[in-house]
Amino acid sequence: MEQIVTFPVITPLFFAILMLFLWNKISLHKYINLFASVISLIISLWLFYLVNENKIISLYVGGWYAPFGIVMVSDFLSAIMVVITAIIGFVTAMYSIGTIDPYREKYLYYPLLQFLLMGINGAFLTGDVFNLYVWFEVMLISSFVLLALGGKKAQLEGAIKYVTLNLLASSIFLAAVGLLYGLAGTLNMADLAQKIPIIKQKELVDVISILFMAAFGIKAAIFPMFFWLPASYHTPPVVVSAIFAGLLTKVGVYSLIRFFTIIFTHNVEFTHSILLVSSALTMLTGVLGAAVQNDFRKILSFHIISQIGYMIMGLSLYSPLAIAGSVFYIIHHIIVKTNLFFVSGIVKKIKGSYLLDELGGIYKTNPMISLLFFIPAFSLAGIPPLSGFWAKFIVIKSGIEKSQYLLVGVALFVGLLTLFSMTKIWNEVFWKNESNKFNNFQNNEYANSTLYKRFMMLCPIIVLALITIIIGLYSQPFFEFANNAANQLIDNSIYKNSVLGLK
Amino acid sequence: MMIMIIAFIIGLFYAIGTYLILRRSLVKVIFGLFFLSHAANLLIFSIGRLVKGFPAFIPLDSETLSEPFADPLPQALILTAIVISFGVQAFTIVLFKRVYQTAGTDDLDKLKSTD
Repeated sequence: MEQIVTFPVITPLFFAILMLFLWNKISLHKYINLFASVISLIISLWLFYLVNENKIISLYVGGWYAPFGIVMVSDFLSAIMVVITAIIGFVTAMYSIGTIDPYREKYLYYPLLQFLLMGINGAFLTGDVFNLYVWFEVMLISSFVLLALGGKKAQLEGAIKYVTLNLLASSIFLAAVGLLYGLAGTLNMADLAQKIPIIKQKELVDVISILFMAAFGIKAAIFPMFFWLPASYHTPPVVVSAIFAGLLTKVGVYSLIRFFTIIFTHNVEFTHSILLVSSALTMLTGVLGAAVQNDFRKILSFHIISQIGYMIMGLSLYSPLAIAGSVFYIIHHIIVKTNLFFVSGIVKKIKGSYLLDELGGIYKTNPMISLLFFIPAFSLAGIPPLSGFWAKFIVIKSGIEKSQYLLVGVALFVGLLTLFSMTKIWNEVFWKNESNKFNNFQNNEYANSTLYKRFMMLCPIIVLALITIIIGLYSQPFFEFANNAANQLIDNSIYKNSVLGLK
Repeated sequence: MMIMIIAFIIGLFYAIGTYLILRRSLVKVIFGLFFLSHAANLLIFSIGRLVKGFPAFIPLDSETLSEPFADPLPQALILTAIVISFGVQAFTIVLFKRVYQTAGTDDLDKLKSTD
């Protein structure tokens, strides 16, 4: 039964290799990809069910017992993340069928997508720090290629910034792994959780924890290390943007949460205070950056940064409720952000542009799509009863409990500015009449495409919007999951005992 | 003595790498990334203790390892890290070459249309 933990990694690998073998049958790839994502979804739900029954599942890979071999562990947090990854993988598979051009298909877009999902799932499920590094690299190299595939000038320019800063983060991560091993003599996360508190040289542990914070901080795009994100995320095809926006930065946030709850809790005042200041500035700079942008996807990119701030805020407050808020926020944010990027893709198909000046009048021509934008946009801004309201509510409530009033003030203010940004998009893209200057755009790709393709574009958006509404209206079970995950992270004895086989 | 030399080399590599990735030329940025990853590799290598002629084998007549011994795990780690960085660097070189071909410049200050 423990072997189930490896399935979310093996399934994408298997189907990616299968697609590579069918190199000359490119037309089959999209259906194999869709099939693979359905299988992944079923497996991840099964894993989630098992984790719900057993609290935690760990597998000693190759029969080498922890802490000597590599362990794969699925606790609540990992299981939740794997399920969301599978959901996003599924909707992305559908949306890709509707939008990806034959050129990219020919250059193996779909196998790359599966390799990307494999790396992400591996990062969520591993219980070993060096193994996490390897999964990060698997994920990064696939994302590099997906970003640059197509070779447009803007894409390549974005790719330079993305690649350089992520490689820098990787080398910091690697150095930190080496130093951590030198200090603690182990790289197993559960074993580290035992060894870190008894290490005498606290200052060295502080230094190493800051190195990890910098490495994951770059990947999660927290202040002041976010500049690569708005420079690159709006350049690839919209479906690639969507999966990057939904999942990639959240792997960084996941790692931060994992490391700064289970491993580095030796000096919470120091490490978590840095995170606290950083989270406030992340929220502010992200939302202010979005306010001045004029490109649909760039506004959304800056909002990723400001939303990351809320997740880090939950982590930095470091109470069970706050961590639960962070996890809830991740669930909500992945769904909503992916959805917003999907909508921007359809708008681009209709009007042929992402620039707000050139857009307008979508509400008149496509009211259905306007409604489908309305749901995730106002969920992002935190309007009840949508999912974003509960996510913000939990994080802010825990902030008040911890008497961090300034931080709470910033969070509320940023929520207001988010609403302003979303209203701006709503006004410019959907509400206002089209300006005459750009009115002569005739090539409405959306209306001209087949019903089948339009279904493949609309269906993911409807599914994600429904999930947003469900999380909003029935938030209790989702909060329970997040709460269970938070309790396991705060009280790491279950994790340690399960992984190290102590009873 | 040996450990001091290695420490200085690692420090030098980090310094060179940091300096080079701050340059505007694409080629220098690539070299900067190489130096940084080599510095990280050497750092891990030095953590496994620099001893000569003491492999991590348990002698026939004893039950445990006798000090000093070279820790084999960091060596396994850098082997993996070297392979990964090799692949990533190959990709980076090709990407930067394509950027140079498409944009017609290797000056990073001119490549900011997406910012």
